[in-house]
Amino acid sequence: MSMIATAGRAHADPHHIGLVIEHPGPAPKRIVTAYGFWVFLLSDIVMFSCFFAAYAVLSGQTAGGPKGSEIFEPRNVAIETVCLLLSSFTCGMAGIAADVRNRFWFYLGMAVTCLLGLIFLAIEFREFADLVARGYGPSRSAFLTAFFSLVGCHGLHVSAGVLWLLTMMAQVFAKGFRADILRRMMCFALFWHALDIIWVAVFSVVYLLGSGV
Amino acid sequence: MLGKLDWSAIPFDQPIPLIAGAVVLVGILAVLIWVVVKGHLPYLWHEWITSVDHKRIGVMYILLASVMLLRGGSDAIMMRIQQAVAYQSQGYLPPEHYNQIFSAHGTIMVFFVAMPFVIGLMNLIVPLQLGVRDVAFPTLNSVGFWLTATGALLVNLSLVIGEFARTGWLAFPPLSELSYSPGVGVDYYAWSLQISGVGTLVAGINLVTTVLKLRTKGMNYLRMPMFCWTTLASNLLIVAAFPILTATLAMLLLDRYLGFHFFTNEAGGNVMMFMNLIWAWGHPEVYILVLPAFGIFSEVVSTFSGKALFGYRSMVLATMAICIISFMVWLHHFFTMGAGPDVNAIFGIASMIIAVPTGVKIYNWLFTMYGGRIRFATPMLWAVGFMVTFIIGGLTGVLVAVPPADFMLHNSMFLVAHFHNVIIGGVLFGAFAGFEYWFPKAFGFRLDERWGKLAFWFTFLGFYITFVPLYVAGMLGMTRRMQHYDVAAWRPWMFVAAAGMAVLTIGVICQIVQIVVSIRNREALRDRTGDPWDGRSLEWATSSPPPVFNFAFHPDVRGEDAYWDMKTHARQQSFEHEGPEYHDIEMPRNSPTGFVCAFFATIMGFALIWHIWWMVVLGGIGAFATFVVFAWRDHDEYVIPAEEVAAIDRVNLEERRSLVSMAGAV
Repeated sequence: MSMIATAGRAHADPHHIGLVIEHPGPAPKRIVTAYGFWVFLLSDIVMFSCFFAAYAVLSGQTAGGPKGSEIFEPRNVAIETVCLLLSSFTCGMAGIAADVRNRFWFYLGMAVTCLLGLIFLAIEFREFADLVARGYGPSRSAFLTAFFSLVGCHGLHVSAGVLWLLTMMAQVFAKGFRADILRRMMCFALFWHALDIIWVAVFSVVYLLGSGV
Repeated sequence: MLGKLDWSAIPFDQPIPLIAGAVVLVGILAVLIWVVVKGHLPYLWHEWITSVDHKRIGVMYILLASVMLLRGGSDAIMMRIQQAVAYQSQGYLPPEHYNQIFSAHGTIMVFFVAMPFVIGLMNLIVPLQLGVRDVAFPTLNSVGFWLTATGALLVNLSLVIGEFARTGWLAFPPLSELSYSPGVGVDYYAWSLQISGVGTLVAGINLVTTVLKLRTKGMNYLRMPMFCWTTLASNLLIVAAFPILTATLAMLLLDRYLGFHFFTNEAGGNVMMFMNLIWAWGHPEVYILVLPAFGIFSEVVSTFSGKALFGYRSMVLATMAICIISFMVWLHHFFTMGAGPDVNAIFGIASMIIAVPTGVKIYNWLFTMYGGRIRFATPMLWAVGFMVTFIIGGLTGVLVAVPPADFMLHNSMFLVAHFHNVIIGGVLFGAFAGFEYWFPKAFGFRLDERWGKLAFWFTFLGFYITFVPLYVAGMLGMTRRMQHYDVAAWRPWMFVAAAGMAVLTIGVICQIVQIVVSIRNREALRDRTGDPWDGRSLEWATSSPPPVFNFAFHPDVRGEDAYWDMKTHARQQSFEHEGPEYHDIEMPRNSPTGFVCAFFATIMGFALIWHIWWMVVLGGIGAFATFVVFAWRDHDEYVIPAEEVAAIDRVNLEERRSLVSMAGAV
C-alpha cells in the first residue's frame, strides 16, 4: 500500500528533489474572480490586436484622401493622453479608498475618474465630428476606416467603462462595501487600467507612427 | 417601423423551406402545449432554464447540439441528393437555395453542433473530474449557454423569415459585401455568430479559470485527468481565437452597415486581410473542437483497457504543443493566395509538424490498449473507429499541407472529404463516445448497448461509403459547392455518396432509438453505484446523477487516476470517511439572468438584421437593465444543511460499499 502512495506522490515531485508541493484546493472567490477577469481582458486585447493589425495593413490605403499627418492634432491627443493617465491614478485612489472602506475618498476618486473619462470622450467625439464634417468620414478611405474603427473601439470601451463606473458608485451608495461589490470594484479597476494600456498602444501606433507617414 | 421586414420576407413561393419551417413550428408548438398542459412549465423554469448547475447546463448544451445535428444533417441529405440528381440538369434545388443550404450546413455543424456538444461535455464533466462543486462563474455559464441558443435560434429563423447567407460558412468578401449580397442572409449569419461567439468566449473564460483555479486538494496539474488537460488547451484557444472572429465579423458588419472599407474592392479595402483574420481564428477553431475529443478518447481508452493512460506526460506535452502550433498554420487554408514559395513553404512545414504531436497521441492510445484487458463497450467502439478514421483524415491532411499538391486539390471535393474525415471521424465520434460514456453519470442509467453498437456500425460504414467517393471525385477534378455538373465520370461517385448518406441516416435513427429504448428500460439499466464502467477519475466517485453539490467532501487526491487509487485502497480497508462530520454547503442560487439576457439578445439581433432601429435600442436597454438587476441582488447563494448532505451522501456510500464487498468476494 505504501508502494501505491509513493507512486502517486512521485508525480507531484517529477524531478525527485524531495519536495512535494501539494495543491491546496480551490482558490478563494476573490482570486477566482480577478483571475477570470484577467483572462477576459487578455481576450479583449486579442480583439484590439485585430484592429491594430487592420490599421497596420490599411494605414497606407488613403485612396486619394488625407494621410494621417494631415488630420491628426497632436495637442488634442496629448490632452487626451494626460486625461486617461490621470484617471488611472484617480481610479487607483478610489480602489484604495474602497479597500479601507472610506466612502468620501471613494466617491471623490470615482467622480474625478468619471470626469476625466468624459473629457477624454468629449475630445475624441469632437475630433471624429470634425473629421466627418470635413468629408473625412470612415467611408472615405480604407485608412480612415481602420482609424475610426480602432480609435472608436477604444472610445466605446471607455464609454462602457464610464457606465460601469456610475453603476459601481450607485452600488456602493446603495449597498456599501460588501465583499462581492469589492470584487467587482477590483475588476472595474483592472478594466480601466487595461484601457489605459491599450491607449498607450493607440497613441504610439496610430498617432505617433501615423503622423510620420 | 419594421425596417426592411415585410411580407416578401416569407418565402411563399418556395415549398421546401416553408413546409420544413411549418413542420418545425408545429413541433415546437406541440411540445410547448404539452409542457404547459402537463404542468411541467414551473419544473422546467426552476430546474433547467434558470439553473446555474454546471451539469444541467452541460446537458442543455448537448440537447441543443443534438437538435441542431438533425437540422444540419437534413441539409447534408438535401445536398447529397441534389448532387446525385443534378447531372446535366438543375436538380431539385435552385442555385440560390442550394447555396443557402451548404452555407447553413457548415455554419450549423461547426458553431451549433460541434461547439455546443464539446462545451456541453466539458461543462458536465470537468468540475466533477477536478473534484469541485461548480465552475468558476456559474451564472455566466448560464448566460453563455443561452447566448449560444440565441445564435442557433436566429440561424433557424432565417429558414422562414428572409434568407440565409449564400456565401459558404465563412462568408468571404467581396461576395459577402453589401454590393454582392444585398439581402439579409449575411446579416443573419454574422449576427448569430457574433451573439453565440460571445457565449462561447464566456464559456472559454469560465472553463480556463475553473481548471486553473478550482481544483480539489492535491489535484496538482500533473494529476489532472487527460480530459481536463485538453479542456484547458481547448479553452485557452477559445480565449485567444474567438476575439479574432468577433473583430473580423465586426469589420464585415461595419462594411455592410456603415459603408466602411475593410474588405471592399474600392477605396483601398483588402480582401485578403479577411482571409488571414478569419483563418487565424478558423484554424485554432478546429483544434478547439478536436482537443476535447482527444481528451474523451484518452479517458475512454484508458477505462476500457483497464490500464492507466500510457505516456501521460507525453500526452500533456502533445496537447499543449498542439495548442501553440495551431496558431502557426492558418495560411495553409489559402496557399493559392500567392504569398510566394517562402511563405507557403514555412506554413506547409508547420502544418506537417502539427501532425507529430497528434501522432504521439495515437501511439499513446495504442500502447494503452496494448496488454490491456479491453472491453468493447460502445464508447470503446467509437474510440477505435476514431483511431482508424482519424489517421486516414490526418494523412490526407498532410497531403494537402504540401503546397504544390494543394494547388491541385484546393477547393476540390478532396478537401471536402478531408475535413469531414477529421471532423466526423475526430470530433463527432469523440462527442458520441463521450455521450455514451458519460450518459449514465448525467442521468443515472446506462444506454442500451445493442442499439449503441448498431448506431456505431451504421455511422462508421456510412461515413466511409459517403466520403471515400468524395475523395475520388476530388481527384477527378470535381470542385466543391457545385449545384449541378456535366461530367459523366463524377456521377457514379455521387450516387455512392448518396447511398452512404442513407446508411449514415440509419446510424442517426439508431441513436434516437437507442435513447428511447434506454429510457423505457431505465430501471434495468440503472447505475446505482455511480461507477458503471469501473472508471478511474473522480467523476465516478460520486453518485449518478451527482447531487447538486457534486461531492459531500472535497476529495483528497494522492496521484493520477484519483478514483482508481481510492478504489484500490478501499478494497483493502473500508471507505475512508466512515461516519465523517458533514458540513453545510453553500451553492449558487439559480438565476434567470442568462435566459433574460438571451431574450434581449434575440430581439436585438433580429432588429439589427432587419434594420429595426427602435427595437435595437429597446433590446440594448433591456440587456443593460438585466445586468444592473443581477448586480443588485443581495443573496446569490443558498445553504444546504449538513443533515441533508449527510443523508444524500450515505445512500451513495452504502451502494458503493456493497460494490466493493462484491468485488472483494470475487
